[in-house]
Amino acid sequence: MNAHVKIETPRLSRRTMLRAGAAAGGGLFLSARLPGIAAAATEQTAARTLNAPTLNAPALNAYVKIAPDGLVTIVAKNPECGQGVKTMLPMLIAEELDVDWKDVRIVQAMNDPVTYPRQFAGGSLATPMNWEPMRRVGAAGRQMLIQAAADTWGVPAGECSTEPGLVRHGASGKSLRYGELAARAATVAPPKLETVTLKDPKTFRIIGRAQANIDGPAIVSGKPLYGIDVELPGMKYAVFHKCPVFYGRCLEANIPEVKAMPGVIDLHVIEGNKDLGGLSSGVAVVADSWWHANKARAALTPQWDEGPFGGHSTDGYDARAKTLAPAAPQQILRKDGDVDAALAGAAKVVEAEYSYPFVSHQPLEPQNCTARWDGDKLEIWTSTQNPEPGRQLIAKTLGVPADHIAIHMMRCGGGFGRRLSNDYMVEAATIAKRAGVPIKLLWSREDDMRHDMYRPGGYHSFKAGLDTSGKLVAWKTHFVTFSRDGKVVNSGDLAPSEFPAHFVPDLQFGTSMMETLIPTGPMRAPRSNAMSFVHQSFLDELAHAAGQDPIAFQLALLDQPGAHEGYDAPRMAAVVRAVAERSGWGKRKLPPGHALGFAQYYSHQGYFAEVVEASVAASGRVKAHKVWVVGDVGSQVINPLNAENQVQGAVLDGIGQALGLEITFAKGRTQQSNFGEYPLIRMADAPPVDVHFLVSNHPPTGLGEPALPPVIPALCNAVFAATGKRVRSLPIDQGMLKTV
Amino acid sequence: MAAYTIDLNGRKRSVEADADMPLLWVLRDVVGAKGTKFGCGAAYCGACTVMLDGAAIRSCQMPISRVGARKVTTIEGVGASPVGARVQAAWLEVDVAQCGYCQAGQIVAATALLQKTPKPTDAEIEASMNGNLCRCATYNRIRTAIHKAAGMPTPAGEVAA
Ligand code: FES
Ligand code: FES
Repeated sequence: MNAHVKIETPRLSRRTMLRAGAAAGGGLFLSARLPGIAAAATEQTAARTLNAPTLNAPALNAYVKIAPDGLVTIVAKNPECGQGVKTMLPMLIAEELDVDWKDVRIVQAMNDPVTYPRQFAGGSLATPMNWEPMRRVGAAGRQMLIQAAADTWGVPAGECSTEPGLVRHGASGKSLRYGELAARAATVAPPKLETVTLKDPKTFRIIGRAQANIDGPAIVSGKPLYGIDVELPGMKYAVFHKCPVFYGRCLEANIPEVKAMPGVIDLHVIEGNKDLGGLSSGVAVVADSWWHANKARAALTPQWDEGPFGGHSTDGYDARAKTLAPAAPQQILRKDGDVDAALAGAAKVVEAEYSYPFVSHQPLEPQNCTARWDGDKLEIWTSTQNPEPGRQLIAKTLGVPADHIAIHMMRCGGGFGRRLSNDYMVEAATIAKRAGVPIKLLWSREDDMRHDMYRPGGYHSFKAGLDTSGKLVAWKTHFVTFSRDGKVVNSGDLAPSEFPAHFVPDLQFGTSMMETLIPTGPMRAPRSNAMSFVHQSFLDELAHAAGQDPIAFQLALLDQPGAHEGYDAPRMAAVVRAVAERSGWGKRKLPPGHALGFAQYYSHQGYFAEVVEASVAASGRVKAHKVWVVGDVGSQVINPLNAENQVQGAVLDGIGQALGLEITFAKGRTQQSNFGEYPLIRMADAPPVDVHFLVSNHPPTGLGEPALPPVIPALCNAVFAATGKRVRSLPIDQGMLKTV
Repeated sequence: MAAYTIDLNGRKRSVEADADMPLLWVLRDVVGAKGTKFGCGAAYCGACTVMLDGAAIRSCQMPISRVGARKVTTIEGVGASPVGARVQAAWLEVDVAQCGYCQAGQIVAATALLQKTPKPTDAEIEASMNGNLCRCATYNRIRTAIHKAAGMPTPAGEVAA
């Protein structure tokens, strides 16, 4: 009765692909080597990569294919999770190949680390890592097409030029279309990538122009695209009911009783291992539909051994942090000058304590993975930001050679860092192995909220000194964070270079740690999403203490002469000045009750300054009315249409976090389980976001993350400007702001 | 298990399912129409929004046994009506989607709104759309696209597409 939906990946939808190789279809494969990978490109191996990536992919890179009719197929190598990379990376290739964007078809690569380097989505790194390599791939193709035309005409290649989709010989006026040249070009030796000539950016026709999301038409018509949409012949459905306490173990479960429920095919306890990023302990349920599997799960009454974590709670962490904060830091991360002497000599000393909670990623598509074993070979379809570590994790956990595992990267219904971890892949592979049929494992929302790798909370005690002119002269931090086996947890570290390091002569960062077993991991703008709040809020406090305008106060820091070790102060000062200008800072007349707040933050190589206009109702309800963003991500915004979308999304994501997001723990369990208790931002709270970029003479960098961090303190600083009340912990306590 | 006949996007479909199986899972896993999405299973997110006789509902909360003869319109069929087609076109023109996962629900909810209220006020848009979460927070563009589909100027403060 089930309809088997075709999922568009290279492996499954051969019909949508051009036939393999020049010999078969008369087309051209442009295979290009990236620096460090030396292998001759052959049509055949390229064909395997483009059409049906194999388990043992050859050591070359293949991105482009041109059919006789001129249709250009470009491989998008990285996983797409909403950041727009499936459109953006092929734009880079198409630009330098010199083709019309409308003639381009894009196919998603499989996980194939031998052929395609660095297939992951994280750290806003796709742009800086691929800006030049992908353009070189395209330029190499263009050079091969020119050579093929020159050979055809018996003229020097140097006399030929291209325009979109064709090669022209200026002197004779002859021209040939790429489709006509493709077969011959495929026989030209590919040039070394580092030797090819790149276009003058002034001549770009695709880069820098608005290009719509390549999957837009499929999205608006409901085509299957995501991991959750995969359906295979004979597939069954699974849920995995894990111990609600991290590191707990399932001792036994009422298996016979639940097994008798409608649709249930199999039920078994999984021992698990000690690695929460690997395989937890729990009960796997396999049924003929996910509905049946999930209903059966609700009837489970497993006995858990709650393990060492059963006593952990947010209250316990808060209490421990309170005792650690006033004591001497366990470790000094940075020490410039003599901060205690400077504080003693300061005209004014300001102290404040800040904190923020754990938060959860919650991409809208719950974690899921479809797994099919064929003997000792495993095929995986999943929404992942980071496929290769998932493959290695399965290999390690299940003891199969990694090259027996193939991973189809499906479009992700959001990532935000959650899908950098691949626990669901190991679970699906394990359950499918025993089931003997293809299995789609799907987590419920509750699973997703209770078993995340959370952004860790943290506690900061600050002490700063101002001189008689109001200049910031001393800064001392004691940051209480979390450790696991004595090492700081993932995303719980403070960078020794954190602003205002380098800008204050006498400065000290100290940390102390408390042990936790809560799994933590990177969440959109990891570290920065929390560090921006505490540092930029405290700087705003200092500006007010100094009797200065908050923007003027930070510009005075940024405008100090001298080098600042990896931090380009003039770039930051420029975006700060621009956002002041665009938001009408200090000039615009605001509606009654409205106020502006400012913050700036450098992360992921992007310089961002933001202003929020907000008001606070008598009920304490905080409303952001408008946000102005100015960013500098280098010389080129590759796809302005998507860039604006990313920045708006990041800013609203940050506002949502500030307004309401918090994960708490009690008895070793996550207390929130669905969106009712974890209120993600909705339309009513989403102000218009004005986005502007400053172009600077630096290589382009990424946009998934750096717009998020400044908005949280900018909103809190606006709340202070509106009410005189300082927000020192997140989410914003509206009760504290209440005036009726 | 029982047999039900539903009117899905203008076509009669016979399905076999438990009476309490939500329409969401009937659509996705019995019929095989994957456009309607699962986000929360608890009426919080709107990813599963479909229309029943033109009204937007959460299909994760609608047992198949209660659908009856009402017309079910999903993202796969929403473009058959002129309003739905305009909404889809506006979504493309404005380039709303980031990950896109919520957008089926958003488009169906927006279509239901505009079919009933061709020129909604901002407050009406907010009231109708506030139940649809977009984790990527594409709300600026959703508002702009609804205005465009309704033939209204870009809302104040939003960037015109
Ligand atoms: S899945 Fe139905 S409202 Fe979220
Ligand atoms: S576009 Fe990703 S959830 Fe809306």
